[in-house]
Amino acid sequence: MSRSAILPNRGLADRLSALFWRRPRVLLLLLITPPLLWLGVVYLGSLGALLLQSFYSIDEFSGVVVEEFTLKTYGELFRAANMDIILRTLTMSASVTLASAVIGFPVAYFAARFARGRWKAVFYLGIMLPLWSSYLVKVYAWKLILAKEGIITWAADSVGLGFLLDAVLALPGVGGNSLSTSFIGTWLVFVYVWLPYMILPMQASLERVPVSMLEASSDLGATRGQTFRSVILPLAMPGVIAGSIFTFSLTMGDYIIPQIVGTSARFIGQAVYQLQGTAGNIPLAAAFAVVPILIMLVYLSLAKRGGAFDAL
Amino acid sequence: MHSEARPSKGLTAAAIGGLLFLHLPILLIFLYAFTTEDRTYQFPPPGLTTKWFAVAWNRADIWPPLYLSLRVAAISTAMAMVLGTLVAAAMARSRFFGREQISLLIILPIALPGVITGMSLRSAFAIMDIPFSTLTIVMGHATFCIVIVYNNAVARFRRLSGAVLEASADLGANGFQSFRYVLLPNLGSALLAGGMLAFALSFDEVIVTTFTAGQQSTLPIWMLNELVRPRQRPVTNVVAIVVFVTTFFPILIAYYLTRGGSETAGGGK
Repeated sequence: MSRSAILPNRGLADRLSALFWRRPRVLLLLLITPPLLWLGVVYLGSLGALLLQSFYSIDEFSGVVVEEFTLKTYGELFRAANMDIILRTLTMSASVTLASAVIGFPVAYFAARFARGRWKAVFYLGIMLPLWSSYLVKVYAWKLILAKEGIITWAADSVGLGFLLDAVLALPGVGGNSLSTSFIGTWLVFVYVWLPYMILPMQASLERVPVSMLEASSDLGATRGQTFRSVILPLAMPGVIAGSIFTFSLTMGDYIIPQIVGTSARFIGQAVYQLQGTAGNIPLAAAFAVVPILIMLVYLSLAKRGGAFDAL
Repeated sequence: MHSEARPSKGLTAAAIGGLLFLHLPILLIFLYAFTTEDRTYQFPPPGLTTKWFAVAWNRADIWPPLYLSLRVAAISTAMAMVLGTLVAAAMARSRFFGREQISLLIILPIALPGVITGMSLRSAFAIMDIPFSTLTIVMGHATFCIVIVYNNAVARFRRLSGAVLEASADLGANGFQSFRYVLLPNLGSALLAGGMLAFALSFDEVIVTTFTAGQQSTLPIWMLNELVRPRQRPVTNVVAIVVFVTTFFPILIAYYLTRGGSETAGGGK
């Protein structure tokens, strides 16, 4: 190589560039250290603090946190009242996930298979905007809708279906005084708020279903229903599972929605919030917060086996 | 039978019904901001008025939370943009030991329910005796905003062909000049989109914030309090519209900035 092909060194910037070129690891280290420090110290550190707190206990007389290792706090989770909270939360998460999948599937399928050009953009924005738009505003909107004097009661009465609404509200266990103070109401709001999180991964996996397979299926004499059951659904399953991770996890950790719309029966998130706040029992709050983490770890490992991560 | 080239009527109806279900409820927020009834959520509203906008403007308790929310969102977004871009650059350019674990670590703050992030930070503050302040709110927000910026930046890095950087070096640019004149113009819109989304997310975040704010009140916390103990309900609607609009436009801008993802800069062969 001739000497003239190399430009003269123009100072520090050039020398650093040369160093980064010869030793790419130095640059990598420089790039990744600040974000890793932040996430490692602030986030992982906090998660560690959560675990630590959950092994502490509270002195029942003085209300002071006893900083000694104990499993007593975890033992309290198994009290009947606390088990109720956990089971109620799991039931809600499962039913919200199921409903999101059923309502979301046609939207995802249509967006993936039939929406073209402008409609594709309409569907994309139509799913993205509700996903990103203000969570609290969405919950508030449902407070207005479900109120006893609100639009649903009005609509039901004006088409003469008021008796149907009353019948639904009279259902034991899930009904209530009005929709905004019933489990059905809580469930509806959950479905509404988390639905886009279900649609997006389903759409992603449906877009990867080759049209040729659907054609082959119908060439072989399958009806639409058979094609759906034995071709489309199995291929879309990873997307459904991926979406279910979001809906399940988000429902399990939420405490705003059941606080605003629903009965006084508590969910895990509410228990955590009340215990750390008014009750001042941070150890039990921390132990409660560990429950969703454990459930999600199990859920994620099952989902991984179902191939959900290929669809993300 | 012909393979389905057009959707069945039932599917079309279900798809459009699903989209309407996602959008119609928000419209009620706008309607109720104009109602004359301020004690119940009566539908249809007995009358319409625009006075609540003036009332909201003059309510002194709305402004400090608004400023706090804007400040927190601005600081968190700035921090997330720096940290998210750095980690995206590192993850995009090389494979190294622990790469999978790091990508998991970045996603974790939004993959786990917000109540866990919030409670974790709360536990850490309790153990270390850190008093609540704007900074404690920012710590939570910046953590979950990193992944938003990261997602946008890493996608753009992947599309950016390495050849343009090599060409830049061949033409005599050093690393910093390549960054300034080649990398940044190509990354710009993706970073801006990531920043917009991070801002929108931070501005209306409430779950983590309630754990890290102590007695301070951001605008979403103010709204939450009004939801639990309502007074002058239409005023809450006016604020809800403000929150909605403040998050709506960044989202829309972010969409237009990252649209048409197939044209890879420098990828033409």
